[in-house]
Amino acid sequence: MATQDVTEDIRPAKASFLYDPRVRSLFVQAVVILLLVLGIWWIVDNTLLNLRRSNITTGFGFLRGRSGFDISDRLIEYSSDGTYGRALVVGILNTLLVAVTGIVVATIIGFLVGIGRLSNNWLIRKIATVYVEVFRNIPPLLVILFWYQGVLALLPNVRGSYVLPFNSFLNSRGFYLPRPVWGDGAWLVLAGLIVGVALSYFVARRAKARQAATGQQFPVFLTSLALIIGLPILGFILSGMPLTFDLPQKGAFNLTGGLNVKPEFLSLLLALSFYTAAFIAEIVRAGIQGVSRGQTEAASSLGLSSGQSLRMVVIPQAMRIVIPPLTSQYLNLTKNSSLAVAIGYPDLYAVGGTILNQTGQAIEVVVIFMVVYLSISLLTSLLMNWFNAKMALNER
Amino acid sequence: MKTVIKVLVGASLLAASAATASAATLADVKAKGFLQCGVNTGLAGFSAPNDKGEWTGLDADFCRAVAAAVFGDGTKVKFTGLSAKDRFTALQSGEIDILSRNTTWTVNRDTALGFNFAGVTYYDGQGFMINSKKLEGITSTMQLSGAAICVQAGTTTELNLADYFRSNNMEYNPVVFEKFEEANAAYDAGRCDAYTTDQSGLYGVRLQMASPNDHVVLPEIISKEPLGPAVRQGDDQWFDVVKWTYYALLNAEEAGITQANVEEMKNSANPDIKRMLGSEAETKIGTDLGLTNDWVVNVIKATGNYGEIFERNVGSGSPLKIARGVNALWTKGGLQYGMPIR
Repeated sequence: MATQDVTEDIRPAKASFLYDPRVRSLFVQAVVILLLVLGIWWIVDNTLLNLRRSNITTGFGFLRGRSGFDISDRLIEYSSDGTYGRALVVGILNTLLVAVTGIVVATIIGFLVGIGRLSNNWLIRKIATVYVEVFRNIPPLLVILFWYQGVLALLPNVRGSYVLPFNSFLNSRGFYLPRPVWGDGAWLVLAGLIVGVALSYFVARRAKARQAATGQQFPVFLTSLALIIGLPILGFILSGMPLTFDLPQKGAFNLTGGLNVKPEFLSLLLALSFYTAAFIAEIVRAGIQGVSRGQTEAASSLGLSSGQSLRMVVIPQAMRIVIPPLTSQYLNLTKNSSLAVAIGYPDLYAVGGTILNQTGQAIEVVVIFMVVYLSISLLTSLLMNWFNAKMALNER
Repeated sequence: MKTVIKVLVGASLLAASAATASAATLADVKAKGFLQCGVNTGLAGFSAPNDKGEWTGLDADFCRAVAAAVFGDGTKVKFTGLSAKDRFTALQSGEIDILSRNTTWTVNRDTALGFNFAGVTYYDGQGFMINSKKLEGITSTMQLSGAAICVQAGTTTELNLADYFRSNNMEYNPVVFEKFEEANAAYDAGRCDAYTTDQSGLYGVRLQMASPNDHVVLPEIISKEPLGPAVRQGDDQWFDVVKWTYYALLNAEEAGITQANVEEMKNSANPDIKRMLGSEAETKIGTDLGLTNDWVVNVIKATGNYGEIFERNVGSGSPLKIARGVNALWTKGGLQYGMPIR
């Protein structure tokens, strides 16, 4: 009650501090925080007590133990002699791989279908509508199982593989491609690509500045294309074409060598992309329709072609409507990737589940799940918010 | 998503249940009025629902035996079908009272996971199955280098598989599924060249294939898989009940007590049998266990002895037709040995 005395000493004439809204709100907030901390402390303490009572080891030390199980899809070197921690990293990378490729593919399909929904062509419009209505009304798990058991499992076996151009094969074990093997001097190709991208960037800036100043246009797109494709090819020729291909060969059981895209990954990617694309299509349609018709009319009255008005007037304004809900769809896609467990794709959730089972560290593994998915989601949000801020209307 | 929920529920139960963890399971089960038993979601011969929706199999019958010991009534069991991944969380969190789900007894599970194994109801070993129509000329697992192999996640099988191929310097391509049914379906669809699990399981899986006769089980056994019921560590009384139910089943077989003759056996002159069946004067064996003195009679009435359970579910009386082999009684050259009830 010391505060009360002090308050009264300083401001004796005023009404009781109990009626000061500032003090009251501080008091309420302090109580809420105290209750929250106490609640968390109670849960943690109780958990530890119960774990000790059930003779279950706790802590994250288990991550350093030998995992003992193999993972077939992996982006980094890993064997059953690796640690649980490394196995988790393999799972996290697999989740990221499917999430990133899924986001790219879903965005492409989604934009195409979304624009198709507004097409003047009756057939395209109807096909896009049917696509959206079918895929957004089916649970994602069913879409995954459809691709896995209904499409990819029905492909012929290894001996009857479909032979595709460039030594590629398609069978029920997945998609086999030649794997490029880079030799000495291959860095020149990469260097050519980097220089090409950098040059294009400067060209675009200069062209924009010149157009603003003089009104003269410059074929930026074609120049950039030539730079980005031409320079790596130049590097490739200069370094003496250091590229060979590791071709898929028939082994005792499977095709060996080459690059194998497994059906688990393929069906997950296709399912997540097709499912999410249906929602993205609707967002894109709403975005384009959200730009008032007057804008298009104004653009054509300025003499812009319909392509130009779409590119320079409608889409920039539509993006402001599209980006925030698009972010949610990207997050959904990432989180839905945990359904991979149903078809045996070793993503974070599948690998983590195996570790959970092997070690019995349920709480620790669930905490890792939450932290990783939360981090991926927050990172995606951060990127998209930055993009949104860049695209937002600069009001002066 | 179901499994996510199960894991989360399990974890939160661990987090929130203030008293259940080490409390007296026997008293809890008696108060509840039934035994909650965790079994496989569908492994022929061990635990699988039949066409009437009743759980059948060796693992399911073991739970009935425990229920009969506790309640005098083998039907007072509720079964929970669990995947290999969910099973341990379910037992740790107290969702089930006993895990009887073809689970291999290992030191890690006994210690770090906090369980006690009450015995070995089935001595098994890991084997491989292939489709002999598609892979002619394969007669040994040593020829499987480079093969795609279907396996269930979170099992000792998955670990043995990695060790076996590693120690023999062979390559393989694991295709790992969370659920038994998913692994079966993928193998049947030709996603994998071989399927691996406990050998008893392979015979069960083979029956579920589209054309069972195309599949052969390879002769090699690459591991020891002692399967048995597990309970939570730190509750000795409940551990005793489960352990001695198992020994009672074995001793009954050894003494020739069957479901059919258990009533007349009560009047037997043999002191061993009288002691076991609780007809000895002033006996305290049953009450010391926290049960009634006629608990063995109830167990045998409910399920029959170990031999009867075996033959009915996996042996000659079942489609699996597995021979007793190492699972015969010690008196017949097997490993099953019941500790004396006295």
